[in-house]
Amino acid sequence: MSIKGKAYIMGAFEHPTRDAPDKSTPQLHAECAIGALADAGLSQDDIDGYFCAGDAPGFGGLSMVDYMGLTNVRHLDSTETGGSSYLLHVGHAAQAIAEGKCSVALITLAGRPRQARGGGGRGGGGGEPAPEAGFENIYGGSTHNTYGMCAMRHMYEYGTTSEQLAWIKVAASHHAQWNEHAFLKDVVTVEQVVNSRMIADPLHLLDCCVVTDGGGALLVTSPEVARSLNRPKVKIMGAGEAPKGPRGGLDLDLTHSGAVWSGPRAFEEAGVKPADIKYASIYDSFTITVLMQLEDLGFCEKGQGGKFVSDGNLISGVGKLPFNTDGGGLCNNHPTNRGGITKVIEAVRQLRGEAHPKVQVPNCDLAIAHGTGGSLGTRHGSATVIMEREG
Amino acid sequence: MSEVQDKSAHMTRAIPAPVVNVETQPFWDAAREGRFLIKRCVPCGKAHWYPRAICPFCMSGETVWKESPGEGVIYTYSVMHRSPSGPYAIGYVTLNEGPAVLTNFVGVAPDGLSIGMKVKVRFQDTEGGPPVPVFAPA
Repeated sequence: MSIKGKAYIMGAFEHPTRDAPDKSTPQLHAECAIGALADAGLSQDDIDGYFCAGDAPGFGGLSMVDYMGLTNVRHLDSTETGGSSYLLHVGHAAQAIAEGKCSVALITLAGRPRQARGGGGRGGGGGEPAPEAGFENIYGGSTHNTYGMCAMRHMYEYGTTSEQLAWIKVAASHHAQWNEHAFLKDVVTVEQVVNSRMIADPLHLLDCCVVTDGGGALLVTSPEVARSLNRPKVKIMGAGEAPKGPRGGLDLDLTHSGAVWSGPRAFEEAGVKPADIKYASIYDSFTITVLMQLEDLGFCEKGQGGKFVSDGNLISGVGKLPFNTDGGGLCNNHPTNRGGITKVIEAVRQLRGEAHPKVQVPNCDLAIAHGTGGSLGTRHGSATVIMEREG
Repeated sequence: MSEVQDKSAHMTRAIPAPVVNVETQPFWDAAREGRFLIKRCVPCGKAHWYPRAICPFCMSGETVWKESPGEGVIYTYSVMHRSPSGPYAIGYVTLNEGPAVLTNFVGVAPDGLSIGMKVKVRFQDTEGGPPVPVFAPA
């Protein structure tokens, strides 16, 4: 069964906070839910499906459904792939709705990494250590240096340069200047990026995303519910997901992400091609994340990402592929170290025509949101969602 | 933050005790004797990393430990500068037997690493656990 046209994103809300010492994590989840309900014109009792991931406190879905007083929930999903979880949730919500398991699915993300020393963790997975723990966790791997390893190999194989990676941050900063909530609002230059402090070779400070508190929520509904609401309809056209890891270590390949599988699955289901996409939300934990995913999704040939992102090609109104017009994780927001939900939220804004006028893509009728959760350098979950404005 | 270290100084990093379980105990027992073991599957013949009881390529439960000289080349690396104890290098080594191993590089300066460089295993003591494999220029 295909999910094409079977469900709509009718509510989307990004919490305006970037630093929340005075709120609890469940409170932030609930505030995001309230925001999405108000956006859609729905109420608490309409929610009959709930989706969350490892950032949800306590017993996850069970704790949060009870905290928020959701008494009509008949479908629960807490698939955990790190920051891309919420992109998978959109696809899973559409599946559940297509099968009649629910009609209004709430997805929430929230957290407060700024309140914890060290920037917080990846969340999720309690109990036994991961099977690879004894052989990997001892080596000081972090997101910075495991993504750094990917960038180093990409440079080696394809001649990608730090200046090319810097263009991704430059484009994000051009968009963030118009976002009043953006954590970093200053426009930066290629020179500023490549001259910023080295964090993990070859990634500089300005190649890295921000650390922010906050969250977001989405409401995915059935066509019947969507038609009853007075909001622009964002139709889910296709979704794909794929886990990727070192696979026993043979033929290790750190220059491709799982997008090489999740992307074609989503494009095939939607019946569209990369060239049809008017706006792209691309997970930007680091600049290299964007470059690899753009290649893997088919926006350019493998190895040509450096050229593709250069000279402002990702800047709205300037380049061919406007991306992350909210400023993305690199400048705007990466709530609780998980950027998947904000990718969908900005895509929804673009398709509704509700992005900031300075970055709104004209006639934006087809958008993609894509994410990577976990680490590109070890194991990660890729997820792709393609959405279309209806009417 | 610590002072910027002498770029020519060799990198070192304190390593915590690894998680040891019943499936991987023989690896760590051998490590205490300075021997580097990898797992190889009997039916499909492929070596894999990290070591498992079940072959990740064919799901056979017939895997055996094999001693390896621990020689290979650097597939990729990244020198971590955001570290209070000074820079350290993480990366993957492609062993001559095939599998890639995530590791730290030692006995080399931060600017002395390169992709394709030949390296060999050595064991580094940990904080209260068995020694763990790290790699140095061959």
